[in-house]
Amino acid sequence: MTALVLERLSVRYGAVQAVRELSLEVNPGEIVGLIGPNGAGKSSTLHAIMGAAPVVGGDVRLRDDSLVGRRSEDIARSGIALVPEGRRIFGELTVEENLRLGLAGRWRAGDAAAFERAYELFPVIRDFRGRTAGTLSGGQQQQLAIARALVAEPDVLLLDEPSLGLAPRIVENVFDALAAIRERGLAVLLVEQRAQRTVALADRSHVLANGELRLTLGPGDADDTERLVAAYLA
Amino acid sequence: MTVAILNVSWQTLADALALGGVYALMAVGIGLVFGVLRLVNFAYGQLIMAGAYALAFASQWNWPGWAGIVLCFAVVLALSVAMDRLVFRPLRTQSPSVMLVATFAIAFLLQSIALLAFGPLGKIATSLAPLNRPVTIGGVDIRKIAIVAVLVAAGCLLLLQLLLTRTSVGLHMRAASMDFDTARLLGVRANRVIGGAVLISGALAAVVAVMLTVQNPLVTPDFALYDTIVVLAGVVLGGLTRPIPATLGGFSIGFASGILGGALPTNQSQYLPTFLFAAVILVLLVRPNGLFTRGGGQLERV
Repeated sequence: MTALVLERLSVRYGAVQAVRELSLEVNPGEIVGLIGPNGAGKSSTLHAIMGAAPVVGGDVRLRDDSLVGRRSEDIARSGIALVPEGRRIFGELTVEENLRLGLAGRWRAGDAAAFERAYELFPVIRDFRGRTAGTLSGGQQQQLAIARALVAEPDVLLLDEPSLGLAPRIVENVFDALAAIRERGLAVLLVEQRAQRTVALADRSHVLANGELRLTLGPGDADDTERLVAAYLA
Repeated sequence: MTVAILNVSWQTLADALALGGVYALMAVGIGLVFGVLRLVNFAYGQLIMAGAYALAFASQWNWPGWAGIVLCFAVVLALSVAMDRLVFRPLRTQSPSVMLVATFAIAFLLQSIALLAFGPLGKIATSLAPLNRPVTIGGVDIRKIAIVAVLVAAGCLLLLQLLLTRTSVGLHMRAASMDFDTARLLGVRANRVIGGAVLISGALAAVVAVMLTVQNPLVTPDFALYDTIVVLAGVVLGGLTRPIPATLGGFSIGFASGILGGALPTNQSQYLPTFLFAAVILVLLVRPNGLFTRGGGQLERV
């Protein structure tokens, strides 16, 4: 069964149409990339899925239930988790308290191993669990943001530019973790600026420009720089 | 003045500690709601006033002390929930200034209702009056209410601290007061967090109502109004955005006004607010972000 479906989704902030009739789907065990220049509507798409941007047309469905018109917190509690842009870690809370906040989005009962499974992916988070989160490095905070989303044990994971502001070596770690998350059977929708790296990792990548889907690329297109550049300029 | 401070008696010190404790509870009550709603509730004093009237009526009806306290809690909690449902929630997405003006309106509305319904002369709450009698400890007479107030304040603050740090609803409240949007995106339920903060804040107002009516049994429509203004100054002085600085601010201003009240000669005690607010202005000029905040703490986090 398809985990997440967007059907002719349109988002508008006042006079600005951020997303126009975007349709895509993400299946379990799949990473779908969403790339494109700044202002293309990538983040607006994620916000619309989470109920935090005004949807003016179309539908968002999670396991066949429509999410449109529901409150952010209810969407977060129905099996979909967002790793927000800029990480949005609670810097004054400890690492463990940040993870416990992720439990607010739990929608399955009774699995106490969620923390362990997150630690397995990011051992450094376990080592630093008593520290104040604001003292972690940018890369560690990004790992914490992903771990925080994972403890909710979502079916669908949305990530908004997880590589932003990270050193290249750390970016590799984050992308490796995403591949491992896909192995666990989650449906991942990844918004990224790093087009080439995303196209290579994702099962398919949609190029967005001016809120519209322009092109869909497969992993094989990652080395076809001309095609990538053309997609951006289209 | 120096001589006056050196002359502070043990009785004054105990009363000042008690006033500090009561003001600390009011500061936390105001600070908790500010944390999740970014709303300074000027009507907090009228919640206390309503609780005080409940105690006065209970003693007029010759109810036992505990029944009066139960009635006081019931009235204050019901009024808190009503304020939240009827005013705070519908206005939550409005600008802070709209909410501020709304709480002014509620404050004066409640005060006018009390004036119309109960008259300007006031009612007397006597059922807990025995607590005003002194006990002698080591040759020093100390009013029982001073000891009770300090213990109750410490107990309430300890319970609150446990609630905020050890329970998930407390964690959600702290997260919501730091970054409400992100907390909601993680699945923290906004209405539950706000409802929780309003209820705890109301319970603290009820505790304060009990303490203040023992010290000042004459309940009038402007009961606790002056205290609220002083505590608001104390909360701003300490730092509004975090519970601990707000509490320390409330305690400090209560303690300072207790000591000043005892140290100033009787014929000058009417100048107490002048001294108090002059001190507040001085502190704010030196530390505009609050006395107990770290470094250049910002009022609004980005």
